[in-house]
Amino acid sequence: MDCRTGALVSFIERSVKDHGAGRENLLPVLRDVNDEFGYVSGSALIEISRVMDISIGEIHGVATFYSFINVENKGSYVIRLCKTISCDMKGKEKIEKTLERELGIKFGETSSDGLFRLEYSNCMGMCDKGPAMLVNNKLFDSLTPESVLDIVSEYRRKRL
Amino acid sequence: MSTIKEKKVVLGSYTAGSGLKAAFAMKPQEVIQLLIDSGLRGRGGAGFPTGLKWRFAANQKEPVKTVICNADEGEPGTFKDRVLLTEHIEKVLEGMIIAGYATGAAEGFIYLRGEYAFMLPVLESEIEKFNSKKLPFSFKISVRMGAGAYVCGEEFALIESMNGNRGEPRNKPPFPVQKGYLEKPTLVNNVETFATVSHILVNGADWFAQLGTDKSKGTKLFSISGDVQRPGVYEFELGVRLSDILEFVGAENTKSVQVGGFSGVNVAKDQFDRPIAFGELPPGGSIIVFNKDRNMLKVLKNILEFFEEESCGQCTPCREGSYQLLKGLEMIEKGEKSVRYYKELVTLCEVMKDSAKCGLGQSVPNPFLSIIENFKDEILYR
Amino acid sequence: MSEMIKVNIDGIDVEVESGSTVLSACEKAGVKVPVLCHHPDLNVAGVCRICLVEIEGVGALQASCAYPVTQPMKIKTKTDRVRKARRVNLDLILAEHYGDCYTCSRNGNCELRKLADEYGVDKFRFPHVQAPRYKKDTKSFSIIRDQDKCIHCKRCIRTCIDMQKVNVYETANKGHAVEIQVALNKSIADVVCINCGQCVNRCPTGALWTQDVSDQVWEDIENPDLFVIMQTAPSPRAAIGEEFGYAPGTRVTKRLNAAMRRAGFDRVLDTNFAADLTIMEEGTELLERLHKAIVLKDKKVKIPMFTSCSPGWVKFIEHYYPDYLDHLSSCKSPQQMYGAIIKTYYAEKIGVDPSKIRTVALMPCSAKKYECNRPEMCDSGYRDVDYGLTTREMAMMLKEAGLHLADMPLEEFDPVLGEGSGAGMIFGATGGVMEAAIRTVYELVTGRPVPFERLNIMPVRGMEAIKDATLKLENVKEEYKWLEGVELKVAVAHGTANAKILMEQLIEGKLDYHFIEIMACPGGCLGGGGQPIPTTPEIRLARAKAIYQEDEDIVIRKSHENPLIIKLYNEFLGKPGSHKAHDLLHTHYTKRGRYFVKD
Repeated sequence: MDCRTGALVSFIERSVKDHGAGRENLLPVLRDVNDEFGYVSGSALIEISRVMDISIGEIHGVATFYSFINVENKGSYVIRLCKTISCDMKGKEKIEKTLERELGIKFGETSSDGLFRLEYSNCMGMCDKGPAMLVNNKLFDSLTPESVLDIVSEYRRKRL
Repeated sequence: MSTIKEKKVVLGSYTAGSGLKAAFAMKPQEVIQLLIDSGLRGRGGAGFPTGLKWRFAANQKEPVKTVICNADEGEPGTFKDRVLLTEHIEKVLEGMIIAGYATGAAEGFIYLRGEYAFMLPVLESEIEKFNSKKLPFSFKISVRMGAGAYVCGEEFALIESMNGNRGEPRNKPPFPVQKGYLEKPTLVNNVETFATVSHILVNGADWFAQLGTDKSKGTKLFSISGDVQRPGVYEFELGVRLSDILEFVGAENTKSVQVGGFSGVNVAKDQFDRPIAFGELPPGGSIIVFNKDRNMLKVLKNILEFFEEESCGQCTPCREGSYQLLKGLEMIEKGEKSVRYYKELVTLCEVMKDSAKCGLGQSVPNPFLSIIENFKDEILYR
Repeated sequence: MSEMIKVNIDGIDVEVESGSTVLSACEKAGVKVPVLCHHPDLNVAGVCRICLVEIEGVGALQASCAYPVTQPMKIKTKTDRVRKARRVNLDLILAEHYGDCYTCSRNGNCELRKLADEYGVDKFRFPHVQAPRYKKDTKSFSIIRDQDKCIHCKRCIRTCIDMQKVNVYETANKGHAVEIQVALNKSIADVVCINCGQCVNRCPTGALWTQDVSDQVWEDIENPDLFVIMQTAPSPRAAIGEEFGYAPGTRVTKRLNAAMRRAGFDRVLDTNFAADLTIMEEGTELLERLHKAIVLKDKKVKIPMFTSCSPGWVKFIEHYYPDYLDHLSSCKSPQQMYGAIIKTYYAEKIGVDPSKIRTVALMPCSAKKYECNRPEMCDSGYRDVDYGLTTREMAMMLKEAGLHLADMPLEEFDPVLGEGSGAGMIFGATGGVMEAAIRTVYELVTGRPVPFERLNIMPVRGMEAIKDATLKLENVKEEYKWLEGVELKVAVAHGTANAKILMEQLIEGKLDYHFIEIMACPGGCLGGGGQPIPTTPEIRLARAKAIYQEDEDIVIRKSHENPLIIKLYNEFLGKPGSHKAHDLLHTHYTKRGRYFVKD
C-alpha cells in the first residue's frame, strides 16, 4: 500500500508549503496531486495524511466527494462529457457515439493504452455552446463529431 | 406591449476603479444603507436582500471576517457568471472589495467552479492588479477552486468545501454571517451581486430602484439556452414577461420552459404570460426552452438524475427522496407501478420541501411537480 | 452566564439556557421527540430528519436536535404536518434498509424497528430493496459490519472520528451513491481499528455488531471431553441485568453465577481475583521503575508508566504512538493473567488436563476478542484465553437456554481462585485501576492504608475526561526511604480522545505524572463495546454506582490482602515480579502501522 516515491513526497511537501498546512487547504492540495499525477493514490493519501495530520479516511472521504478528484488511476486524459439537458438537446448523443467508437471503449472505461477514460459530467456552464466536454482541466465547447476527433488526435500526439 | 427593457446595467460600461472611488468616499455604514435603499436582492437565486446581509455581517463583533464570491455557478442552464468573470471582471472584484470595506473583512476569496479552470490565468493576473493597489484598508483576494460538486453552490456547502471538508451544508442557524469560513463571520454573495454592487455605488440607489418591480428591483442577467435561435446572456428588467423573452431570443413552437434552472419551475404555454420576478416565476436567471418535439418525460428524468447524483447525500429526504422520485417515475413508465403511485410521490415532494436540510433538497420537488402537472398525459397517462 | 429563555412546547412553558437545542428544551418540558441520528454522547448531525418540529414563524420544519433557542419561541411537536414528515422520512429509510428482523442481531433492541412500530408502519410506502448490495465484513476478531442495514445516521463516524479520535470510518462519494464505510472501503480488520466497539454501542440498527462466538462456546460446553471455565469481569455483572429488564446498575452477580452453572460452565471464577493479581504485579513494576529513575538515575526507564489492561488503549498506542510502547506497563490484563494461571496453577489444583480446558472470559469489552487471539498470549503452553464473550452475547446465550436471571438463586463463585477483593472489583469504572493500585502501593510503601475515608479515593473517581491527584509519600517504611517526601502524581483518562491529549503532552515533554490509568472507553470498562445497548451518560453513571457499591460491600478491599493472592504467590509464583510471574503474567507489544494494519 505504501509505495511513496521521492517525487510524490517532495511534490506533496511543496504543495502543502505553498498552500499552508491547515485543514482548509486540503482541497487545493488534493487538486494539485490530482493534476500532477492524474489521481490521488493510496500512497498520496498516506503522505498527505502525514504532512497535514488529517486521517486517511477523512482525506479519502473528501476526495471522493468531488467528481473531478480521481482516487484511482483512470488514465492520462479523463474525458468528461456533459450529459445535462441543454447539451443533450444539442447533439451530445452523436459526440457520445463518436468518442466510444474512436476510443474503442464504453463510458466508464479506460482505453487499453491507458490514455483515455470516458465519463459523464453534469452541466459545465456552456449551455449556449453545447455540446461540451472537459479533458482533465481543459474545457471544449461547440463540439461536433469532427472537432472531437481532432481533439483526440491532438491529445494522442501529446500536443495538448 | 413588450415588457422587454433590455437595460445595460450590469453589462453596461464601467470605468475601472469608479465603484471603489464612490465607496471609499462614504462611510462603511453609508455603503450598506445605499445597498438597502437600492433594493438589491441576491442574484444567485435565493434573493436575500443584499444590504441586509451586509449589515448582519458588519454587526458581528468578531474582528476576523471573510468575503466570498460564489462563482460555483452550477445550476443547469446558467452561464451568466462565466461571462461576468471573463468580460466584466473588474466590477466583480471591486464589488468584493467594497463588501470588505463595508463589513470589515480583510480577506476575499473567489470560489471558482472546477469547470472554469480555463479562466485562471487571466483571472489571477486581474486579481494581482487589485491586490497591488493601495486601498484605505487591508484586503487581499485569492482564488479557491472547486472540483466538481453542484451542491457547493449552496453557501454553507461552499464554506464547508473551503474549510477542507466534504461540501455538506450545515444546519441553520447559526448563519454564515455569524459562523462560516474557519468558524468566523463570512459574507457569501453571487458573482452577479458583486458586479451589480459596483454599478450601484457609481450610479446610486434610486437609479437601480426605479427599475424592475416593487419586490424585485433592478435588472437581472438571464442565461438562455435550448430550442432558441439566439442563445446567450441577456439583461432584462425584472418583471419581464416570459413570452416576451421567448420572442426576443427567437423561440418557436415552444412547448415548455424551465425557468430558474433545474431547481425552478416548468412553465407551459398557458403560463407564458407570467412575469419573472421574486414571488412570480423564479428569477434565478436560467431559462431552458423546449420545443414541441421534446419529450418531457426524458427531460424530467434528466433533471431527477442530476439531483440524485449531485445531492450531498447527508439528509434522508433529499438523498432518498430524489432517488425514489426518479425510481417511481421509471416504475410508472414501465408499468411496474400504477399511476396511483404518483400520489405517494406527491406526498414525498411535500415532505422533501418541508424537511430537507438545505435548498437543494427543498427544490427537487419543483421540477417534478411542475413538469408532471403540465404534462400529465404525456408522462403519466401514456 | 447564559440568559434563560422561555419557550412554549405543545402548550407547556419551560425555561432553557440560550443556545441550547430545541430538543433539549423538549426533554426539559417532558415532551418526547423521536430521534435517530442524535445521541447524547455525540456532536450534532441533523441528518436523519426524524426529530422535526414546527417552530412558529420559521418556514420549513426544523431538526430539533440542531435548532438553537436564542429567543422566545412557540414549538409544536405533534401536528399532522410533523407526523407526516417524520413518517415519510422513516419510510424512506426503511425502503433502503435490507435484512429481516428475525435474523438481525438487534432484533428486539433496534431503534429503527421501534420507530417503525411507534409510527404504525404497516407496509412499505416506497419500493423496498430486494437484494443485498454489500458483503458482510466479518474479518475482524471484534467488530462485524452489515452495511445493508446502514441508515446513514453517521453515529459511527462521529463516535470514531470526533469522540474517540481513532478515525476508522469515512463518508465516501455523494448523492444517492454516498456510503458510510471503513476508510478506503477496506475491511475493518485492515485499518487502525482498536476494537473498542464504541461504534457498535451507538449504532441504532444491526449495521454494526460484535463477533459472535457463542456457537463455539456452546459446542465446547456440549463436548464431554472439554472442561469449560468461565471468568467474569465486574462490568458485565453491573450491566447484564439491563438485558433482562433490570434497571441499569442493578447488581446481579450471584444470580449470574447460578445461571452460568446451569448453562453448563464447569467452573465460574471471578476475574476480580486476577485484577488483584494485576495490581500486585503492576504496583511492583511501578515501584521498580521509580527506583530505577530516582535511585539509580537510569535515564532509559520510562516514566510515566501507563496501565495496559485496556486492549483498545493498547492497540491505540501501538498504531499511533509506537515509539512510546515502553511506557506501557508490561503487565497483561486481568483476563489474560487469569487465562495463564488457570491453565497452569489452577489446572493442577483441580486435577484437570490443561489441554482439555477452555477459558471463556465474560467481558464488557469487544477488544478482548482481539486480545485473547494475540499470538503472544499463550504463555501457559496453550491459548491462555480461548474466547472473549461480551455481556450481550452472554445474555443471548442465557436466554437461548431459557435461563432468566430473575428465576435464578444466589450462588457464589467457585473457590480456589474464586474471589477478588473490592479493589479488583472497581477496575470496571474509570479510575478504578488507579484507585486499586494506590490502595496497595501506598500501603506497601508507608505501611498505612490510604488517607481516604473508607479507602474511597474520590479524586480519581467520576466521569471527568482527565482526572489527576497527588499523594505525598511521608513516613515511609525503611526499605522505601528513597521515596520519602516524594509526591506521587497520578492521572486517569478515559476515551481515546483524552488518551491522545496526554500522549501529545508526553511527546512535548510536558506530561508530569508517574502513573497514568487509561481506558479506551468513555466511563471505563463499564462503557465497553460489549455492554448492553443503549449507552448514555446516565446509564454509565448508574453502572459505576453499582460497581463502587459492590466494592464497599466486600470485606477485603485491598488487593494485597486477598488471602488467595497471597496463597498463589506462596505456592506458585514466588513473589511479584519473579521470573515465573514475568513468564506467565507479563507481555510485550507490537509496533503497528499509523494508517493501516500494515502500512
